[in-house]
Amino acid sequence: MMIFFWISLIVIVISMALFVYRLIKGPTAPDRVIALDAMGVTLISVVALLSLLVGTSFYLEIILLLAILSFIGTVAFSKFIEKGEIFDRGDSD
Amino acid sequence: MEILINILVALPMVVGVIFTLVTAIGLLRFPDPYTRAHAASKSSTVGVLGILLSVFLHFWLVEEHFNPRILLGILFLFITAPVGGHMMSRAAYFAGVKPSELTVKDELGEDIRRIKEK
Repeated sequence: MMIFFWISLIVIVISMALFVYRLIKGPTAPDRVIALDAMGVTLISVVALLSLLVGTSFYLEIILLLAILSFIGTVAFSKFIEKGEIFDRGDSD
Repeated sequence: MEILINILVALPMVVGVIFTLVTAIGLLRFPDPYTRAHAASKSSTVGVLGILLSVFLHFWLVEEHFNPRILLGILFLFITAPVGGHMMSRAAYFAGVKPSELTVKDELGEDIRRIKEK
C-alpha cells in the first residue's frame, strides 16, 4: 500500500512540474496566474499525501491554510489584472 | 475487511491522481487562457477531492483517527476554486486577452457591445 501512495505522489509531482512549464512559458499574465492557482490546489494534495506517508496527522492543519492563501492570492491577482488596483476604495473615478 | 478498506482508500486516490494528471495535460495543450482556466479550476478541484477523501478514509479506517479538518478543507475548496477560476477568466477578458480562433461564441462580448450601444 505504501508503494501505491509513493507512486501517486510521484505522478502528482510530475504534473506540478508541467504546471511550472506553463508558469514560465505562458504567453499572457492570466495564464501564469491560472498555473499558479492550480499549483496551489495541487500542493494541498501533496501535503495530504506527505502526512499520510510520514504517518502523522499534524500536517493536516496546513491544508486549510494553503486553501485560504491560494484563494486570496488568485482573487488579488485577478483584481490587479482587471483594474490595476487590489483594494476598491471608490475614488478611482 | 482489510481488502475492503484498501479498496475504499485506493479508489478515490486513483480517481484524484488521474484528474490531477488530466489537469496538467489540459494546462499544457489548450490554446488560450479561458480553456486553460476551465481545465485548471474544474478538474483540479475533483482531483484534490479524491486525494483528500482517500487520506481522510485512511486516517479514519486504518489509524482510527477521525479528522474533520479534511472534510472542512474539501468544503472550502469546493466553494472557492470555481469562484477563483471565474474571476481569473473575467479579468483576462477585461484585460484584453483575445480568445483563440477556434472559439465559436462570445456571449460576454455581445453583452458588452449591447450595453455600449444604449
